Amino acid sequence: MTRAAGQGMALALAAAALLFALPLLLPPYQTILLCYGLVFAIAALGFNLLLGYTGLLSFGHSAFFGMGAYAVALMVKYLGTSSMELFIVGGVLSSALVALLFGVVCVRYTRIFFGILTLALSQVLWSLAYKLFWVTGGSDGLRVPTPTLLGGIAGPGANQPAFLAYRYYYYVLLLFLASTALMWLIVRSPFGKALQAIRDNETRAEFVGIQVRRYRLVAFVVSGVFTGLAGTLWVPLNGLTTPDILYWPFSGRIVFFAVLGGFRTFTGPIVGAMVFNYLETYAIANTTYWQLVLGVVLVALVLAMPAGLVGTVGALLRRRPAPTP
Amino acid sequence: MSTGARGATLLETRGLRKAFGAFQAVDGVDLVVRGGEMLGLIGSNGAGKTTLVNVISGLFPVTAGTIVFEGHDVTRQSINQRIRAGIARSFQLVNLFDQLTVLDNVALPIFSRRGKARAMLVPAERDRAVLDEAAELLRRFGLADRATQLAGALAQGERKLLDVAVAYALRPKLLFLDEPTSGVSTREKAPIMDVISQVVRAEGITAVVIEHDMDIVYAYSDRIVAMHQGGILAQGTPDEIRADERVLDNLLGRPVEGA
Repeated sequence: MTRAAGQGMALALAAAALLFALPLLLPPYQTILLCYGLVFAIAALGFNLLLGYTGLLSFGHSAFFGMGAYAVALMVKYLGTSSMELFIVGGVLSSALVALLFGVVCVRYTRIFFGILTLALSQVLWSLAYKLFWVTGGSDGLRVPTPTLLGGIAGPGANQPAFLAYRYYYYVLLLFLASTALMWLIVRSPFGKALQAIRDNETRAEFVGIQVRRYRLVAFVVSGVFTGLAGTLWVPLNGLTTPDILYWPFSGRIVFFAVLGGFRTFTGPIVGAMVFNYLETYAIANTTYWQLVLGVVLVALVLAMPAGLVGTVGALLRRRPAPTP
Repeated sequence: MSTGARGATLLETRGLRKAFGAFQAVDGVDLVVRGGEMLGLIGSNGAGKTTLVNVISGLFPVTAGTIVFEGHDVTRQSINQRIRAGIARSFQLVNLFDQLTVLDNVALPIFSRRGKARAMLVPAERDRAVLDEAAELLRRFGLADRATQLAGALAQGERKLLDVAVAYALRPKLLFLDEPTSGVSTREKAPIMDVISQVVRAEGITAVVIEHDMDIVYAYSDRIVAMHQGGILAQGTPDEIRADERVLDNLLGRPVEGA
């Protein structure tokens, strides 16, 4: 047990060291691509607190990602903000608020009803972003200039790709590591155990004194905040936010991150998000029919590895068959 | 009905009814449970035993009647309020957290009882006081060497014990055990009941045990309540029940399920 934990820690430190070293070895384009992967990984971490640990499949996480992104764009447009730290405060608070509002409605239900409700509510936000064009820019979206980091200590240089590939990359990397550590703590805390108990057996959880709905609501808000933070960090990379990130296929993509990597494992969604990011980028670069290629690859991966990439590799390492949930 | 010499009234139901549509599952039950006793609740399938426990523990709302626990009306209270008042239960069909370890299964009710289950930023395994209590509890239930296994991987007899241990970890005043030995071989029944009655009696916990196996009921109960068609048919000491004509006619005259 402790030996396995030690090995896991060693592996995590090695991965972190690699992520720190990569920008020194890779061309800027590759680093920016990796940065997108880290951002999506934060979104997937948040999502999986609900799916993997609480047993709730949300089809509306685009709402929180989009809220985190639009909060930044609206702060730029109406407040003239340029500080990344203020963007993060705004993105976190607004995604928390949306998650609280959605959560109060959604956590009364489970399974397909929960999924459909999250989907429906998220599409309300999408239609607002689409229709209120004088506020949100409609389908054109809103442009977001490169922000200043740490109160101007590390501002954007003249060369925007260089800024994104170095300073901004490390900024995102630190937040990614902090988010991962925080989520690791949450899922191992008594609260995290209570969520897993609710996932395994809702009735019994109630009968050991866990107030199931309240715990689900807190999990929902925490999940939304992580995904909202990802949306906030994503905007400067993209330079633009459009209603696409609020539209339901984006929620489906977040679901896929978790399923691809393995939602039964802690690291699965992180790996899934990063792998998906590369798959999509290279499928688009190499063929016009990239959606077809992506679809076939993903279906094949899921059929061959129902436990996800991390779940399957973990099972192979333990020389046991993959667990079927 | 004789008055309690063993202890004061802990729980009392008055005219308790629970209907599912036209079917009266519990039909006007006046039940008294006295402090410190181990009460056997018997009756054929469909007699209303489990429904009675479901209503008293708060799983189902009552149709009519009142439930008084330690002098307080708990009829409209939530499950959570009843648990904090000191009413806990186990389940006939084992209800565990299968993907959590055996240790975590009993640690969670302890965290909950101590008001620590909300802690979000401390790893659960850092809380030595809770883990020590959980380990001690597993030892008393004979599950110490299973602590790190997943609950879903236990054998049936161990699962039944763990189910009781999870309820017991709340340190209730009144513990309902719904068929703690169902689904295990006859050979395993007595050892399971030995463990349960040892732990329960050592702590002076009041227990209501639903059971089909009459040998087990006679051996472990201080008092027995027999239910039939939603109502109480008879109650008394094991010897009185053994000799009761109505019980013989309605319950023991036919084959007893699960025996």
